[in-house]
Amino acid sequence: MKFKARVWKFPDNINTDLILPSASFYLTQEEQVRFVFQANRPGWVDQVAKGDILIGGKNFGMGSSRPAARSLRNLGLGCLVAESINGLFFRNCVNFAFPAMACPGVDKAFAEGDVAEADFANGVVKNVTQGTTLQAATLPQKLLDLLDAGGVYPLLEREGIIAPLRK
Amino acid sequence: MGMTMTEKMLARRSTTGGQNVVRPGDLVTVHVDTVIFVDTNFVASRWRDLNRIDNPDRIIVVLDHRVPAATPRCAAMHKTAREFVKQFDIKRFHDVGYTQGISHQLVADHAYALPGSITLCSDSHTGSAGVFNCLARGVGSPDVVYATAKGETWFCVGETVRYELEGMLPPAVTMKDAFLQIAGQYGEHTNQNVEYGGSGVAGLSISARKTLTTMSTELSAEFAVFEPDQTMIDWLRARTDAPFECVMPDADAQYAAVRKVNLATLEPLVAFPDSMVRNSQPVAAAAGTTIDQAFVGSCANGTLEDFELVAAVLNGRRVHAGVRFVVTPGSQTVYREANRRGYIATITEAGAVVTNATCGACCGGHMGVLGAGETCITASTRNFKGRMGDPSAHIYMGSPATVAASAIKGVIADPREFLN
Ligand code: SF4
Repeated sequence: MKFKARVWKFPDNINTDLILPSASFYLTQEEQVRFVFQANRPGWVDQVAKGDILIGGKNFGMGSSRPAARSLRNLGLGCLVAESINGLFFRNCVNFAFPAMACPGVDKAFAEGDVAEADFANGVVKNVTQGTTLQAATLPQKLLDLLDAGGVYPLLEREGIIAPLRK
Repeated sequence: MGMTMTEKMLARRSTTGGQNVVRPGDLVTVHVDTVIFVDTNFVASRWRDLNRIDNPDRIIVVLDHRVPAATPRCAAMHKTAREFVKQFDIKRFHDVGYTQGISHQLVADHAYALPGSITLCSDSHTGSAGVFNCLARGVGSPDVVYATAKGETWFCVGETVRYELEGMLPPAVTMKDAFLQIAGQYGEHTNQNVEYGGSGVAGLSISARKTLTTMSTELSAEFAVFEPDQTMIDWLRARTDAPFECVMPDADAQYAAVRKVNLATLEPLVAFPDSMVRNSQPVAAAAGTTIDQAFVGSCANGTLEDFELVAAVLNGRRVHAGVRFVVTPGSQTVYREANRRGYIATITEAGAVVTNATCGACCGGHMGVLGAGETCITASTRNFKGRMGDPSAHIYMGSPATVAASAIKGVIADPREFLN
């Protein structure tokens, strides 16, 4: 599991209400994507290219249990690398198959627009533009497997435990 | 080397048959005792029907975020929940009506989370239940579905910070202020557990302690656990005769930090808009700010004690013209008892609006949503940008006493002049 793309930077304590505001609660997943960071960075969703990498500060994703990680995945972002990630948000990242890892030092190591390479199996994050490398803790194998499986819903669906979306 | 309460509870419930030792950095798989679904799980267009579940007696279903239904889509969501309840014959179902309430208040009202047990709920403030010396945490929808299907879940084990509470709170100062002090001074606790103990705990009611465990979600804490004591045991025993075993930390448990909080020296604080991480100030710093709305409610401040406090501040006074003061109980049980004790009469005589038990204004769902540019002071859980409605609204966070005092004055105000 490896990603190489340009990065977008976000500060400390980014919360879930900024990613998936309450106003978009009943909308479809496609519609919800339009609301990502609308309150703090209007217009940003139109600048994101498929596979782009999000670099976050400390405590990324603090807040609600809502499926905010799913919106980041649906927006087409490749992965998230942050100084630290809220535990609940991290679970949702894994469960919705949006690769995310904590990597202390990442905030200082990147300027917006740099190209990053994130290697999840080895916990290595490279700044290709500046030629620097950071070593993070690797994710436990169980969680890498869950990401590979496409997250919880596809896994349970294959096991016949949950039904497909209602028509 | 000993273990913290969190580590001991995880070890006890691990699927590897009572793993002896759990340490920070481990990934443990544990049995889940209770799984709580809330209405937001059941959005009709996203709901995945389950074909089988592990044990319907472990499941609780609660309609709370927007009750009674606010829109047709909301009604469809509630209908999906009722179908699920019927499909698996789930006994503990809290529909609109007599047992209606916010899931975390219902856990306290009905003793749904017992010492040493593990509870998951797809709402982030589930750590609230840690007041009962157990592990409870908010997770996402996929996690509750997985645990419902399989009866287990995983946790990445973090380090633990211990808070030693000392002394007695002064009048007009509450555990909301204690939380604002901790969040202001120490900031976020991402990937860490918090544990609360110390000589000051004995002087705190369960409701007061529960405000702190509920608000610990805003520290980004993984788990928030109180040490057990007789007050806690009496609360549980008044509500259930199910067996349980309390857990104390080992004397040589390893903590990332041990910090003292002297309750006696605290004062009323407010968090300024958009964040509660290192954003608290004494109420004087915001005093005089004109408000459009005041709100007391949520899973953190919708208890009977909160109603008692609001009634004590409002007693014989009137809410300032131009201020909407919305007060929402955490459960209909709280509502009925507040009514019996006359608090509801005092609060409504003052010109506040008391709603039914629901999340309501807390998450900007219904019943008190903010408009563009408005200012609100709230005793709920979050003041994020856009949390309670329009993203240009300004949300200050304070205690129920501070909010009620502000509602009377029409500007953010110190509650001490009303209660000393
Ligand atoms: S009251 Fe607010 S914080 Fe508590 S469960 Fe409801 S929406 Fe969440």
